[in-house]
Amino acid sequence: MHALHPDGGPDTGPVAGGPDPAGGKTVLHTDEIRRALTRVAHEILERTDGANDVVLLGIPTRGVPLARRLAARLAQAEDRPAPCGSLDITMYRDDLRLRPARALGHTDIPPAGIDGKIVVLVDDVLYSGRTVRAALDALGDLGRPRAVQLAVLVDRGHRELPIRADYVGKNLPTSQREQVRVLLTEIDGQDAVVLGEGGAPHGRAADGAHGAGR
Amino acid sequence: MIRHLISAADLSRDDALLILDTAGELAQIADRPMRKLPTLRGRTVVNLFYEDSTRTRISFEAAAKRLSADVINFSAKGSSVAKGESLKDTALTLEAMGADAVVIRHGASGAPHRLAGWVRGSVINAGDGAHEHPTQALLDAFTMRSRLGRLEGLRVTIVGDVLHSRVARSNVLLLHTLGAEVTLVAPPTLLPVAVSSWPCEVSYDLDTELPKSDVVMMLRVQAERMNAAYFPTVREYSRRYGLDGDRMATLPEDAIVMHPGPMNRGVEIAAGVADSARSTIVEQVANGVSIRMAVLYLMLGGAEASS
Repeated sequence: MHALHPDGGPDTGPVAGGPDPAGGKTVLHTDEIRRALTRVAHEILERTDGANDVVLLGIPTRGVPLARRLAARLAQAEDRPAPCGSLDITMYRDDLRLRPARALGHTDIPPAGIDGKIVVLVDDVLYSGRTVRAALDALGDLGRPRAVQLAVLVDRGHRELPIRADYVGKNLPTSQREQVRVLLTEIDGQDAVVLGEGGAPHGRAADGAHGAGR
Repeated sequence: MIRHLISAADLSRDDALLILDTAGELAQIADRPMRKLPTLRGRTVVNLFYEDSTRTRISFEAAAKRLSADVINFSAKGSSVAKGESLKDTALTLEAMGADAVVIRHGASGAPHRLAGWVRGSVINAGDGAHEHPTQALLDAFTMRSRLGRLEGLRVTIVGDVLHSRVARSNVLLLHTLGAEVTLVAPPTLLPVAVSSWPCEVSYDLDTELPKSDVVMMLRVQAERMNAAYFPTVREYSRRYGLDGDRMATLPEDAIVMHPGPMNRGVEIAAGVADSARSTIVEQVANGVSIRMAVLYLMLGGAEASS
């Protein structure tokens, strides 16, 4: 399991730009993803006064390993475990009726709960903001956090809702026709952020297409 | 996902596993302070019950309400059915009210199948005559998987009144799809004529089957459907096919005892067995809500199936 490795796993990604196995242009490589996450972790520590009450909740699929990596960094920096879990938002999506019913992700709230805590939602790509809207609704049914913040690896713009991220790994200006895909070692066997040309959204269909269609 | 759930045989292995996995996630909802999801807001589910039922109707109602669907309960008693309205006319009335799903229990085998041809919404069979009860089979499979960790290769023995049991047929079909090995045990008079065409083994002797069973499922003796003498006396039936403490002791160590309910304590199952740690009877009821939530979500939650 690479999730707890402070460097986010071994360097298996491509080292130079240009075409890569996923078919597209690699805009972030392993090292850049690692540095971005380290910076985000330190920003969380600063902004939350040492991350005392912080609970990291990853949004499936790829938000979950990112949350684990951030938790490992927080734990390392402060020398105590950082609670970390996952929050599935499928049942709260506003586009459920547009596609066949999808499989649910796993929701795993740390035993101490989220009441009175600072919840940091973690996702791979921030796009329309609809996933985050759904996550806020899902959180409301689970408890009452003191504050909710948002950390994303990539902010690609084109918001459709008044939502912004508190922590951004990389701002990535894109056109809406382009497709942003985040690959993570834990799921895809390599770390990379790939920018592909538009066309039919694929690859992200199972976990909600905030990187692609929506 | 399929549009109607009439028979357990409608489900492919992938569909069935998707329902079980979804139910597993939805089971968590029961432990939360807020036991409701907004997913089916604005959808209408009609419970159309022509036969008495406690747990199935309540279970479907709870499942639909936890998903925020509107629920209309219809029971034959106290409705126009008592005045002689046909199933088709009732169906057209429901259609006019905009039912997105109709959950039907009917005394006649095949009623849900007929209904599916008359309404635009999804039809979910909640028990039709002695034919099928697919959501019961799904919740039984879910219970087996959560207790024993697997379904593939599991040896399941279903005991009792197979002839009148819709639960037995649905379980045989679903468990076969999921890779379990099913053996039916019953007196010859309580087995359907065509049982040899079912994907399962048949035995008349309970005592030889118990030591090689991972799961033993006791069926209720359905006295209300029995229009002939299928066995000499209840006592004799109970002695040969009832599960008492001595028989339970011959089961393998981690085997479980199931019953779809309602039980006739002292007939097919002894009270001590029903209340033992091996018994999953209360769990089955709780799992029923999760399974029905999963079925409703997967059939109604997404875009309408094009088929």
